[in-house]
Amino acid sequence: MKLTLRIWRQKSRNGKGKFISYPVYNVNPEMSMLECLDVLNESLIERGEEPVAFEHDCREGICGSCGFMINGIPHGPLPATTVCQLTMRHFKDGQELVLEPWRAAAFPSVKDLVVDRRSFDRIIEAGGYISVSTGNAPDGNTILVGKDVADRAMDAAACIGCGACVAACPNASAALFTGAKISHLGILPQGVPEQDRRALNMVAQMNVEPFGSCTNIGECTGACPKEIPLEVISRMNRDYWQASWKQRDELVRTITPMTEWSTGSKLKIDPNATS
Amino acid sequence: MSATAINSQLRAPSFWQSTNGKKVVMAVTGCILLLFVIGHLLGNLLVFAGRARYNAYAAFLHFDDTILWIVRIVLIIAVVLHITATVQLALRNKRARPIGYSRKEAINSSYASRTMYWSGPIVLAFVIFHLLEFTAGYIHPGSQFIRGDVYHNVAAGFSVWWVSAWYIFSLCLLGLHLRHGIWSMFQSVGYNHPRHTPLLKKAALVIAALIVLGYISIPISVLAGFVK
Repeated sequence: MKLTLRIWRQKSRNGKGKFISYPVYNVNPEMSMLECLDVLNESLIERGEEPVAFEHDCREGICGSCGFMINGIPHGPLPATTVCQLTMRHFKDGQELVLEPWRAAAFPSVKDLVVDRRSFDRIIEAGGYISVSTGNAPDGNTILVGKDVADRAMDAAACIGCGACVAACPNASAALFTGAKISHLGILPQGVPEQDRRALNMVAQMNVEPFGSCTNIGECTGACPKEIPLEVISRMNRDYWQASWKQRDELVRTITPMTEWSTGSKLKIDPNATS
Repeated sequence: MSATAINSQLRAPSFWQSTNGKKVVMAVTGCILLLFVIGHLLGNLLVFAGRARYNAYAAFLHFDDTILWIVRIVLIIAVVLHITATVQLALRNKRARPIGYSRKEAINSSYASRTMYWSGPIVLAFVIFHLLEFTAGYIHPGSQFIRGDVYHNVAAGFSVWWVSAWYIFSLCLLGLHLRHGIWSMFQSVGYNHPRHTPLLKKAALVIAALIVLGYISIPISVLAGFVK
């Protein structure tokens, strides 16, 4: 089959981007979207052109590296599927696909379809730790967790941090991501001791990053390749206001959003530091 | 992440400064305004009980001016907080996506939820007009505003076709606003349940529809000649 890929090309993070159309012939319907880009890149390299930059790692739909907009929908039209798992048989012969990177102030562009998602890392970092006793391994089943509770925690923990929720949200809000991360630990007994602090810290970090606010419209959960339910956002909201009410000190500190790379930073950062 | 960046820490945003906190404020103030909308509807449906009872209800509301103003101040504070939070969040949301998509599909959201930024300001413009027409009496096209004779004011006011049309249009938008707002307020304060939330969404639709039907029955009855 033949497809036309209309791809956002941007040389560098501060460069001006534009769409360029590439016809791709001999697309195998069993190819994934990323393999289709691989084929295109092969031909671009043969012609001496710059290949299209895109993020990928496991290509099994579980790492969260890949992801871009296909015709205005994050990860393309198939529900619960990342672009690496999206096969080309779901498109029609001769169709034009518009590939665009996630667009959000919190996800500055790096190149072509690659964006910088370190804001997510900082939210995770703000979450801190859960207490685990050292010493001998405890006996199995000392902490009982019901199947339904474990399932709910697993549903939230399925989040791979790909950023589709932010990309799909008209406000570019990270509520679904942060909610999933707060919920998957808060639901389990092991995560309860630090629940309040985790909610305060992660929500604080989410708010100092340039994400928008949640308007409860549900685009995020529709775009989520792991189908994280909207329920995690309400859990975040509940944990946050309860923790804010109970809070006795002002120990919540956030990490300065750093969107520059260490070489071109406006902050005084050691250029040799690994990020 | 380098060590320097970790050491330079920002103060955490306060409850009001956080987007989540503002949404809780919007939920609570929205709930107060919803209760007013329901109470206001129930009271004004007394227009169908005749001139004497309707005017008696209006007089009852003015039973004590201090109490009336306390209620009004609570409502004004709720409106101001609701709008302040919305405007601040909307500005933040605009900044959160400086470069828009060339193409973007809505796949999961309701029409009502996507038009909250439109339905809200139009309803606000309507509320101001409504207060000037029926509370203050500054704008009362087609007839003389008579303080205390509420029945006359309503019947005369709605007999002007464009007043009624504007009223019906605005109330439909209010219904759209409530269709999302009634269930969304629960989500914002942290209540979502896989069994209850779908019911809540249906209930929001039914409540919003009943409110719209209840309110627009008044101008329609005036135009149809049932209320003179």
